[in-house]
Amino acid sequence: MRPFQFHSPSNAAEALQKHTKDQKTHYLGGGTNLIDLMKEDVERPDHLVEVADLPFKEISKTANGGLMLGATLNNTDTANHSEVRKNYPLLTMAMLSAATEQIRNMATNGGNLLQRTRCPYYFETSMPCNKREPGSGCGALNGANGKSAIFGWSESCVATHPSDMCVALAALNAKVHVEKEDGSSRVIPFTEFHRLPGDRPEKDTTLEIGELITGIELPESQFPDHYYYYKVRERSSYAFALVSAAVGLKMSGNTITKAGLAIGKVAHKPWKLEKVENFLAGKEATLENFEAAADLAFEDAQPLSKNAYKIELGKKTLVQALVRAAARS
Amino acid sequence: MKPSNQSASSDRELGKDEEQLLDDLGIFGQSRRTFLNQMSAAGISLMAVPYFTSDMFAQASKAPDLDPESLLNALEVNLKINGDTYPLQIDSRMTLLDALRERLNLTGSKKGCDHGQCGACTVLIDGKRKLSCLTLSATCKDKQITTVEGLAQGTDLHPVQAAFLKHDGFQCGYCTPGQICSAVSLLDEAKRGEVSYVTKNVKDEVTQLSDEEIRERMSGNICRCGAYNNIVQAIQEVHSGKAEMPRWEFATEEELEASRTAE
Repeated sequence: MRPFQFHSPSNAAEALQKHTKDQKTHYLGGGTNLIDLMKEDVERPDHLVEVADLPFKEISKTANGGLMLGATLNNTDTANHSEVRKNYPLLTMAMLSAATEQIRNMATNGGNLLQRTRCPYYFETSMPCNKREPGSGCGALNGANGKSAIFGWSESCVATHPSDMCVALAALNAKVHVEKEDGSSRVIPFTEFHRLPGDRPEKDTTLEIGELITGIELPESQFPDHYYYYKVRERSSYAFALVSAAVGLKMSGNTITKAGLAIGKVAHKPWKLEKVENFLAGKEATLENFEAAADLAFEDAQPLSKNAYKIELGKKTLVQALVRAAARS
Repeated sequence: MKPSNQSASSDRELGKDEEQLLDDLGIFGQSRRTFLNQMSAAGISLMAVPYFTSDMFAQASKAPDLDPESLLNALEVNLKINGDTYPLQIDSRMTLLDALRERLNLTGSKKGCDHGQCGACTVLIDGKRKLSCLTLSATCKDKQITTVEGLAQGTDLHPVQAAFLKHDGFQCGYCTPGQICSAVSLLDEAKRGEVSYVTKNVKDEVTQLSDEEIRERMSGNICRCGAYNNIVQAIQEVHSGKAEMPRWEFATEEELEASRTAE
């Protein structure tokens, strides 16, 4: 690991001020991704500003009936919080499908949003990767792209976003609260927080350099009863998804009145299924409708040389998640 | 290994705990003497484990200070480990695992992958299991750290440690300190009512864990020897409070003889 200066600010203002406003500084949350990447020489910061202990550890109700999740609270305590389990069980399930208890105990909510891709070309410094080294090319585009994107990729980058939590947050229409050094703040809708690679794959999000995530806002609970996070992976625990589906349904009898849907590990960002949500609204919860919804979800998929399987697998994953969500009483 | 000098352990008067342990293992009479001889022949007497923990493993000893010239971005930290405080001067890059092993001679926590994939370095930080290989020492000030060396009370093993012995929850033992720290934390998580991905409905209260729940909750600790069945049984016994017979047993004298005379 390369040398760096370590800063441990006691409040957000000090943390924002310590940030050098360039690529040389990283905020350090739980470190489960960043420290690993520094050991691999993928990330090479000159400064680490520790933010894991900043006082954004509360889960509180918002004025409009939603919930605010503190950015520095760890993933375990968030997933197990009584309000989250009761009103946003989809988020609990997605968060608990990720990593292990040790890693969830360390990982912060803000850091979960900012984890980097697990594309092998990004981790292997002898390989080309535009995300790690802009201009070096994309090794995966015509290489080992079995786990790469089938939506929204570019010639520059075919990486996927690895988070499970973020797939649920996209389905739930969350918002991200961030602060700047001048004391101002802004709120970013979740679907606009992560970006597609385009010709700037080194940029995962629409955060400006130095901005600090302070919280994640959930709207009023809509899917407390009918929910499922279905994660398909190469082993049954402690693995990143091949494809995953987050489903929240609001039902009246057997009729779906509203749906919150997103799929994971298919694009550079959690893949929100707005068109499919609209399609399912007002429809009966039948296998036929679910299969039609899955066809619609994947109709624009553009597979690479080795990942066409993700289309069939993704459809079945979404159908299974829909069936299980609808069947809950 | 050939049995030799068999008297050392078998002649020794056993303590009450030791008698109990052998009873639990279902080892009586001649089998008991054979068992003790085998343990002695293997070079580690099961009965000696309590003495190892108190005399050899529990004490941290601070390595000499490093030459300040050799440190880049030097930091001062007070590490609170197993109830003691150790002031250390460290390089900002030093992980907690390296501080434990290389600076404090607490080598119970193991370096497996050093990338957060195997769980061998698991320790408890403020009562929660975490990976010391991905934790910078610089982030540990004011936090209470418990390593595997801090679990036993003097010569009394932690119930999870005793259960791992009874159920043979290891072969080579390299992952064991991480497995045990992880399991100790798992029991507390269960008491707090935490749920997991395999919990049928995360809105429900879960207090009694199935074996499937234990497997999911222990998935961050890899055992290359594959002692998983025994590990789960050991944890389940402490969690449920219901004593179970181990699923393994030593060969009888007759079976041993048969194997010796077999072609």
